[in-house]
Formats: sequence, structure tokens, C-alpha cells
Amino acid sequence: MAEVIFFIAAIGALAGAIGVVTLHNPFYSVLALVGHLISLAALFLLLRAEFLAAAQVIVYAGAVTVLYVFVVSYVGDGTVPLGRGGARLRVIAGLFIGMLFVELCIAMLGSGLKAIDGDGAPYVPGFGSPADIGEALLTKFQLPFQIASLLLLTATVGAVMLARRRDGGRALDDRPYVPGQYITPRSLFSGTLAEAVGRMRAPPEEPRQPAPVPAAAPAPRDGANPASGDDAGEEA
Amino acid sequence: MAISWYLVVSALIFCIGAGGVLTRRNPLVILLCLELMLNAANLALVAFSRMHGNLDGQIFALTVMVVAACEVAVGLGLIVAIFRRRMPIDVDGIKELQG
Repeated sequence: MAEVIFFIAAIGALAGAIGVVTLHNPFYSVLALVGHLISLAALFLLLRAEFLAAAQVIVYAGAVTVLYVFVVSYVGDGTVPLGRGGARLRVIAGLFIGMLFVELCIAMLGSGLKAIDGDGAPYVPGFGSPADIGEALLTKFQLPFQIASLLLLTATVGAVMLARRRDGGRALDDRPYVPGQYITPRSLFSGTLAEAVGRMRAPPEEPRQPAPVPAAAPAPRDGANPASGDDAGEEA
Repeated sequence: MAISWYLVVSALIFCIGAGGVLTRRNPLVILLCLELMLNAANLALVAFSRMHGNLDGQIFALTVMVVAACEVAVGLGLIVAIFRRRMPIDVDGIKELQG
């Protein structure tokens, strides 16, 4: 039974990988990557890495792929023609990866590791479970764990700095930049934390009839003072 | 299944990813192929972890996943920045770093 699942998952992973490389539309490449990652998660399950399989599906096939899809739909679906790579480059690349595969196989299968042809170490219940992984992360691998979190923080800040709008957006439209151009006028209460917790309510779009509203609901002052939207509701 | 089968699958996926990095020109697809190579390394790490009955390989694979996520974030940020400047989305057109 394990052999059948292994071959199905391995063929799925290889087909997904070939699809990522050969499909022309990047959107379909991302979809092929999802299939590849899920097949790989099945292989992880066969290797008794339960937590890793779950993390693979959630983090990779979920979050990272969504990021890819967003960027693909932002940048474009690849219908802009790119320059051709040239047949010679493809031949050289094919030769290179053939040699690389042979070399990897020689290095791994000819390594003289005795257990490489066996089924692995005897299975201990709980191997690869979240409890074991968490304990290892918080005791033996405490420092790498902290460094990984620092790396994630750095990458987040770096990505925001890289992708932010520079030059006041002059690259997009040729109008001259006016200071304060991107402070768009908005309703005084929209998007504040006070609105989220229900302390303030957004005023109605048009002023209500004056009779039933004695004190509340100031008139919408669009663009009057966008910076002071937090506490301006108390004055009404 | 013997561990060597997993290692052969891992080597195949790594080679496919390396071929994609060498031949494709869209930076998005190159990032996807880098993901393939990292995942191949992950598969080999988990296979060796199973072979030894030791959890360290799985922790290593988790760390590789963290690094891959960082790489995706920074790489996609670069691609978005390139697109904002209306430069060509082609790795051969972006040869010089001119700030």
C-alpha cells in the first residue's frame, strides 16, 4: 500500500515540477506548484513527518501561493512576449541538468550509507508529531528558532520597503508631484479603531432630517481634517 | 519504500528546478523554480531524518521553509518594484543596478 501511495505522490510531484517549468502562463505555473506541493506533503506523510506535511500545505500551498497569485495578477499573465532564450542555451541547460542528476545519484546512492536501502529507523510513536517538533524547537534549537523569527521580521520590513511607492508615484503618471497629493479626503470616521470597536459611527452619507436627531451625527466633513479622525467624535 | 527512492525523486525535482532557473526568463517563474529546488532539498532532509530516526532533519526542513518564505517576500517585492518603474519584466533586461 505504501508503494502505491509513494508512486502516485512521486508522479504527482514530478508532473507538478515539470508543469512549473514548461507552462507558459505564470498563473498556470503557480497552479502546477500547488499540485507539486500537495504531492510533496503526501511524501512527507509517508516519511512520518506529520507536522511538516501540515505546515507544507498551510504555509506553502496556502499562504505563499496566494502571494504568488496576487503578484501574477498584478504584474500580468505573461502575455507580454519575452525574448527567446535561444536553442543553444536550452541544449546547454539540458546537458547541465543531465550531468547534475547523474552526479547527485552517484553522490547519494553510491555513498556507502548502509541504511539507505532500508526502510529507515524503527518507528517510534510520536516521531514527527507537533509535540516533538515543538519541544525540539524550544530546547535544542532555541537559537535557530529566534534567528528565524528575526529573519522573518527583516524580510517583512525589506519587502515593504522594496515594494512601496517611491518618488511620489511619478513613475506611474507624469503629473508633477504636489505635497500631500496622496492624502485623500475621506469621511472623518472611516477606518479608525474607534469605528471598529463601535465607539463612533460613521455619519450618514447625506445629512438626515434635522428633527429626529437632536445632538448626534455631525455633518460629514469630507477632507476637513483627516489626521484627527481619532478623537474628533467627542466634540459633537 | 526504501529511502533511496525518495532521494532519487528529490534529485529529479532539484534538476527540474535547476533547468527552469537556467532556461526561463520571467522572474516570477524563476522564483517558482527556486521553490522547487528548496523543496527538493526539504524532501532529502526529511528522508534522511526518517533514515536516522532523528528529528533534527525535520527542524532543518522547517528552517528551510522559513528561509524560502523570506525569499519569496523579498523577491516578489523586487518584482513589484521593477513593475512600478515600468522596466521590462525580463531578467535579461535588468542587467545593471542603476539605483
